[in-house]
Amino acid sequence: MKTAEELKNFGVIKTEEMVLNMGPQHPSTHGVLRLKIKTDGEIVSEIEPHIGYLHRCFEKHCENVTYEQVIPYVDRCDYLASMNNSHVWAMAVEKLMGIEIPERVEYIRVIMAELQRIASHLMAVGAMGLDLGGITPITYTFRDRERILDLFEYVSGARLLYNYIWIGGVAHDLPPNFVQHTRDFLDWFEPQIVEYDRLLTYNKIFIERTADVGVLPADVAINWGCTGPVLRASGVAWDLRRAEPYSIYDRFDFDVVVGKGEVGTVGDCWDRYWVRVEEMRQCIRIVRQALDQLPPDGDVHAAVPKKVRPPKGEIHFRAENPKGDLGFYIVSDGSPKPYRVKMRSPAFCNLSVINEIARGWMISDVIAVLGSLDIVLGEIDR
Amino acid sequence: MDTFGILIIVVKVVLVFTFTLVGVMAMTLAERRIAGFIQYRHGPNRVGFGGILQPVADGIKFLLKEDIIPANANKPIYLLAPVMVMVPALMTFAVIPFGAPFEMGGRIIQLQVADINIGLLYILALTSVGVYGIVLGGWSSGSKYPLLGGMRATAQLISYELAMGLAIVGVIMISGGLTFNQIIAHQQETGWNFYKQPLAVLIFLITIFAETNRLPFDLTEAEQELVGGYHTEYSSFKFVMFYFSEYANMITSSAFMVCLFFGGWDIPFVDEVALGGWGVVLSVLAFGFKMGMFLFLYIVVRWTLPRFRYDQLMRLGWKVLLPLALFNVFLTGLYMTWFS
Repeated sequence: MKTAEELKNFGVIKTEEMVLNMGPQHPSTHGVLRLKIKTDGEIVSEIEPHIGYLHRCFEKHCENVTYEQVIPYVDRCDYLASMNNSHVWAMAVEKLMGIEIPERVEYIRVIMAELQRIASHLMAVGAMGLDLGGITPITYTFRDRERILDLFEYVSGARLLYNYIWIGGVAHDLPPNFVQHTRDFLDWFEPQIVEYDRLLTYNKIFIERTADVGVLPADVAINWGCTGPVLRASGVAWDLRRAEPYSIYDRFDFDVVVGKGEVGTVGDCWDRYWVRVEEMRQCIRIVRQALDQLPPDGDVHAAVPKKVRPPKGEIHFRAENPKGDLGFYIVSDGSPKPYRVKMRSPAFCNLSVINEIARGWMISDVIAVLGSLDIVLGEIDR
Repeated sequence: MDTFGILIIVVKVVLVFTFTLVGVMAMTLAERRIAGFIQYRHGPNRVGFGGILQPVADGIKFLLKEDIIPANANKPIYLLAPVMVMVPALMTFAVIPFGAPFEMGGRIIQLQVADINIGLLYILALTSVGVYGIVLGGWSSGSKYPLLGGMRATAQLISYELAMGLAIVGVIMISGGLTFNQIIAHQQETGWNFYKQPLAVLIFLITIFAETNRLPFDLTEAEQELVGGYHTEYSSFKFVMFYFSEYANMITSSAFMVCLFFGGWDIPFVDEVALGGWGVVLSVLAFGFKMGMFLFLYIVVRWTLPRFRYDQLMRLGWKVLLPLALFNVFLTGLYMTWFS
């Protein structure tokens, strides 16, 4: 006679668990992430992310440099979204100092931030395809991302880390014909998204691999502090550009893209991927509106303070980065250097949920889930 | 056997062997150039004219690399595995006729190394042996990623080989023989098999992708998941042997496909034998052209599609392809009973 426990496990062959070390040198861990994966055959029973391989004391470093000098370090946190990062940092310090920004600067910043968001999502979309074995989509997304980087190079002289957005302004005014170049890019880029849809989004194998895989329910996402496309894919319409409009985002007409579970369950890997594709379309809308409304002239250095010396106090400011809510908590003691800086990294929280959603799936699915979370180790490790 | 007969066989062996070697080299270059074309980049174009010597440069580079044997490896099996993959890969082409027979010195010469009476089974058997090399190579490396790759190879083997075998059964039934010459002769008389056996063509096409470990079924390698799978720990020339076999298998399976369903060296509406010497040349070219089309398909598919998960491949193999293949056999049987 079998016991109840034996009956429950009847037919299940238990084998010895194996600990698989994925990373820090692994093609699909998006940098130097190490995942300690407990597997039974190919089935994953536990995932433990080990981070810190790219730790460079960002927060401590900030205490030793002036507020302006922090910007290059902020750029290097999420190196795929430098513009967004420095935008948030500049807004935080400006709020602490109570600086009013000229209209033109606000528009330039929004154009940069949204172009950067497209670039970041292009990277995420391409890398997701790459993780699932489709090697070609990433070369297409890179081709398009290059054109955005060309625009940034035209504006700031740099292609990856710009140091363009300053406290109280931007480094240079827009170069001649920039508006026309950007419009040309947008007109050219919009049909390319349809190409991605054909090549990857609605590819049968891609859907097989991502639909219903790694489902992140809305309550779990909120409990773990997930933000950005990861949270929105779970059906929560939470976008700081809409929820707590900062800068001039209340002037633009755009949709907050929410996962609908079109091919599977709400919050699966496909939804997280699809939200990014759709957000690129929304970014195009915002940039078009910003280009239309851009004030023709104005001094971009008008509000740049001679000395950045915020009054004693503290501030927490957060804004929507391509990966989620990027927050800065700054304590000022009245000196030119911040007393303490804390960065709330969106990718850190998004990564921490991986054990919840990828447990019980296969090793291949862990890669898919990791790709759909779109992490940047530079920001997680700081 | 007289001296002339032996000489002919030696020439044919050397010819086929050289063809496979050169074919593999050309394939590696073609793959990289076509991949470059698909991906908006150039691909290798520096070594020799238009990159034509790139495969030679690659070969030299691999030969000069350090040959590493991991400390945990099971050494004899680790060394044996690449051989077990490479030898069958080179042997399979032997039974494939690659041109029309011609007369020389009073005897008929078949453009085929060995016309054995179980040609089809020979290929199926040898390609299965090749998988053992992959499984053993993965297991003996003493490392976790190759082990998983080897495990996947086993799962993959049992899920596609049955469907592959059954897809061929239909062809065997209508042509009434297991040798390639019989199958091709039958196709010359009654038309190519691909429109007589459309379902079998489809199943066979899918299974040869799995057979050669190419995307979307390259689960045993799965660079993004298993870092290279079964050959992760192999370096230098032992790696080349795995790499070489993959391409050699592609060439062989394309040839297999052409012989089974696309008339082999047959050119429609042309009597090659009657044309004499030029007919033979034409038939070889036709065979090469048809093979090239499938090799091109291999490359284009690899650079277009994402990869399946391995349980999805097994589901596809057991729940879709196997019943379809059985159904095809059933249909063929019905047709033969009623109409012939």
